[in-house]
Amino acid sequence: MSGMITAVSSLLATLGAVLDPLCGHFGLFTWLASDTLLACGDTGWGDEIAGGVWITATLALATLPVGLMIGFCIALAKQSDEPSLRRAANIYTTIFRGLPELLTLFIVYYGLQILAQRFLASLGYTGAVEINTFFAGMIALGVVFSAYCSEVLTSAFQAIPRGQYEAGDALGLPRRRTMRLIILPQLIRIALPGLGNLWMALLKDTALVSVIGLPDILRQTQVAARVTKQAFGFFTLSCALFLVLAMLSSILFSALERRSKRAEATR
Amino acid sequence: MSHREVLLPALPPPPAPPRPYTWSRFIGSVSMGVWLAVVVGLFLMIVNGWDPEKFARYGPSYLTGLRTTLVLVAISILAGAVLSFPIAFARMSKSRILSSLAYAYVYFFRGTPMIMQLFLIYYGLGSFRPQLESIGLWWFFREAWNCALLTFTLNTAAYQAEILRGAIGSVGRGQHEAASSLGLSTLVSFFKIIMPQAMIVALRPYGNEIILMIKGSAIVAIVTVFDLMGETRRAFSRTFDYQMYLWAAILYLILVELLRNLWVLLENRLTRHLKR
Repeated sequence: MSGMITAVSSLLATLGAVLDPLCGHFGLFTWLASDTLLACGDTGWGDEIAGGVWITATLALATLPVGLMIGFCIALAKQSDEPSLRRAANIYTTIFRGLPELLTLFIVYYGLQILAQRFLASLGYTGAVEINTFFAGMIALGVVFSAYCSEVLTSAFQAIPRGQYEAGDALGLPRRRTMRLIILPQLIRIALPGLGNLWMALLKDTALVSVIGLPDILRQTQVAARVTKQAFGFFTLSCALFLVLAMLSSILFSALERRSKRAEATR
Repeated sequence: MSHREVLLPALPPPPAPPRPYTWSRFIGSVSMGVWLAVVVGLFLMIVNGWDPEKFARYGPSYLTGLRTTLVLVAISILAGAVLSFPIAFARMSKSRILSSLAYAYVYFFRGTPMIMQLFLIYYGLGSFRPQLESIGLWWFFREAWNCALLTFTLNTAAYQAEILRGAIGSVGRGQHEAASSLGLSTLVSFFKIIMPQAMIVALRPYGNEIILMIKGSAIVAIVTVFDLMGETRRAFSRTFDYQMYLWAAILYLILVELLRNLWVLLENRLTRHLKR
């Protein structure tokens, strides 16, 4: 069994190495920049930057479900009849929409570190504790994303008429199934444009994690720029890479929007 | 057959049924409890770690940092507003070249992180020192402050151009036609008829943009401008005291909330003729 897993993972790794759009066998840097500063391998910075793109993309993708999940719960809390629940949810959004993302990142990163240190100290461990920067970045960006996401989802909830819930009750569906079968599909359709904007903001915010030392696009470009003294070229390249990511996601989101609207009558 | 001689006195309404203890009530109480615990914990942390000497040393620097942030944001928002007009008009113009140039500008500044634009201008243009010296602009790009100001202005100009374009586009066609049927010149009809209506639509997005700029301006701390975030980082690197970040968080929260409420007041005041 473990042999099979190793085989599959090595197959995936080979496939990834071949199909890597920047440094793979058919990659952009491999074909166009093999003798320049951007060559892949030890002679150039191509593979470092490709790794940075990978980190940025995976960080954004890993943050998305966390943020969506927390944001959905907060939006539900804002819908509630219970005043204390609504108040708690509003405090959450006020705080995390009001703080600069960079400050949230530092607070989460150092705060988690202090918490982990205290916790381990109470267990009797007194060494230094380092929090994984990817994890800290994921939490901080996810919290910020969820605060904005809850606003988008709340306004989408308000756009769904009461009759839809009543129809669910009339059919004898339990609340949970009404939510899953009737409300959620409409909610996604209404909230998709807003969520697309939030995804773009999230993608741009990932550049901040380079400050706590995660080797994303910005970090790798900075290192390359410092070593090669070609700052303008490298930073232009990293901007271009971000633009490509933004374009890819806008294509993806417009396809999703088209797909979510395919049930609507065309007039 | 008997009947009542007097009317029954009005009875008080029956007591309200007891509020059921639901799950959401439980979760609400727990989460309010968590917030309360967080507030008390932070308060105790600040009280326990209170050091008058630290406060005396770093407190004033927080205020100068706050002033730096405000000045930076104010200048760049105003300069960006001026710059956004030509961009928005270029974007709306019928000329293909002009509108695609403006579109490319807006797409670039909205599609890349502001921190990357800042690095591109500060470090990237900084690597062209001989060329900049020869055309006499080096004094400008040498200072991180100027580079931050330039970046923020260009960035917010792109966003404000989109706000402006959307707002002007939202004014109905009939308004233009009414103006021209009154024989008003283009300039007069733009400033007296189109702009006042567009600005009401644009009011809320402008407020959001200012708040976004205040939050976004924290990144200048990375290129050694000592704004509120920069002072915080400096204080933290000297004391390794976590409280330093909490002070900054409180200041930023107060600033943003004040501005947001101020904007709500302003909006209510300016749209009072639209209310029924």
